[in-house]
Amino acid sequence: MAQHKVDYTKSGGLPVALTSIDKLANWGRSNSLWAMTYGLACCGIEMMAAGASRFDFDRFGTIFRASPRQSDVMIVAGTLTKKHAEFIKRLYDQMTEPRWVISMGSCANTGGMFNTYATVQGVDRIIPVDLYLPGCAPRPETLQYGVMLLQKKIRANTANKSQKPKRLM
Amino acid sequence: MRAYTPKDNVQAKSYYTDRYYVSPQVPKQDVDSDEVFTADLAAISAKFKVNEAYIQVGQMVVYINANDIYGVLEFMRDELEYTQLSEMSAIDFLAKDNTFEIFYQMLSMNKRKRIRIKYSIENGQAVDSVEKLFRCADWSEREMFDMFGIEANGHPFMKRILMPYDWQGNPLLKTYPLEGDEFAAWYEVDKIYGKEARDTIGPEIRDTARVDRYDSERFSRLGFEVPKGTEITGNEERNVESYQEDGGVFLIKKFDRDSSTIVDDPQR
Repeated sequence: MAQHKVDYTKSGGLPVALTSIDKLANWGRSNSLWAMTYGLACCGIEMMAAGASRFDFDRFGTIFRASPRQSDVMIVAGTLTKKHAEFIKRLYDQMTEPRWVISMGSCANTGGMFNTYATVQGVDRIIPVDLYLPGCAPRPETLQYGVMLLQKKIRANTANKSQKPKRLM
Repeated sequence: MRAYTPKDNVQAKSYYTDRYYVSPQVPKQDVDSDEVFTADLAAISAKFKVNEAYIQVGQMVVYINANDIYGVLEFMRDELEYTQLSEMSAIDFLAKDNTFEIFYQMLSMNKRKRIRIKYSIENGQAVDSVEKLFRCADWSEREMFDMFGIEANGHPFMKRILMPYDWQGNPLLKTYPLEGDEFAAWYEVDKIYGKEARDTIGPEIRDTARVDRYDSERFSRLGFEVPKGTEITGNEERNVESYQEDGGVFLIKKFDRDSSTIVDDPQR
């Protein structure tokens, strides 16, 4: 059996390989952010417009999926009612790690104009949020810029290290 | 000599109150002024007790007894051609005389007339369901139960329709605060994380105009972003936001404006 000339565990072989895998994994993750369709209200219309041909989310590798098992990022687009809060938590728990959440629009950020008994005052009371998009409703360009920033955030983190699970409590 | 009244807190009081203020009322006409309504009212009052009747904005309002509601609506649907129940619900008069007023808005397409049937019930009293006569009353009575807590006897599925089944309180009561009671304020936290999570998650922030530039947990100043939870001193460096990191991204070409051909001739 031939003796290998390169000892990957010594002379810096392994770290170099690891940083490359890191970049490769982050490149893959950040450029295939599959979003979960979570249109709850009028922001959902803007989200659909961002996915349709005029604004074309596909060129960022963002494809809307109808299943939490297949998606990486949950775009909460619209007013979250208290009746619906348990379901958004359940769907978030069904998403596989690593997962991200974009809170789109004033209602999802803070409850917005719905200062009432039936509205959750911000989805961050239920699930951890990575990115808040202001606006009522935000333009599709805003959502696309937000996804770009999320891509940048993903690339800034290390991929191989086990990520600290984000949780509210 | 006039009795002395203390002048403290005078600015918090309203400056001017009209002691002769009379809230404007929609004018009422006699039923005699309309032939169709006169005939309808005569037919109804021949079989049922009518407490009061008048015409308001071209629609007849008839007050009946609570026990007669099923018979009245059945009679109106089958004999008087009022075949549609447009709307029904309750009005909260608990503060006035501890009653609810229940109304049923009836529409006759043939006669092109609308009649509103009304009656009052005491607080806690149930009404008779008219779901057997009009299918649309199914959801309306559930909504009435949800929003006012008025049960309908004989309804096939007397449960809440808008609010969750485990909700407490009836939101359309005038005593119910718009921003919700304590149960409503903690509903989602209690249900998902349990009551012990209240301290961690904290109360709802209801002031939507709240801005705190020194709070890096919830706010970020555009152009001066810092990591979450960092102490903000006000001497932060300006971040120039760009989509791509310096030096570009692995395997992705950076858009270079100088080496690109920009086609600005629409007639090309």
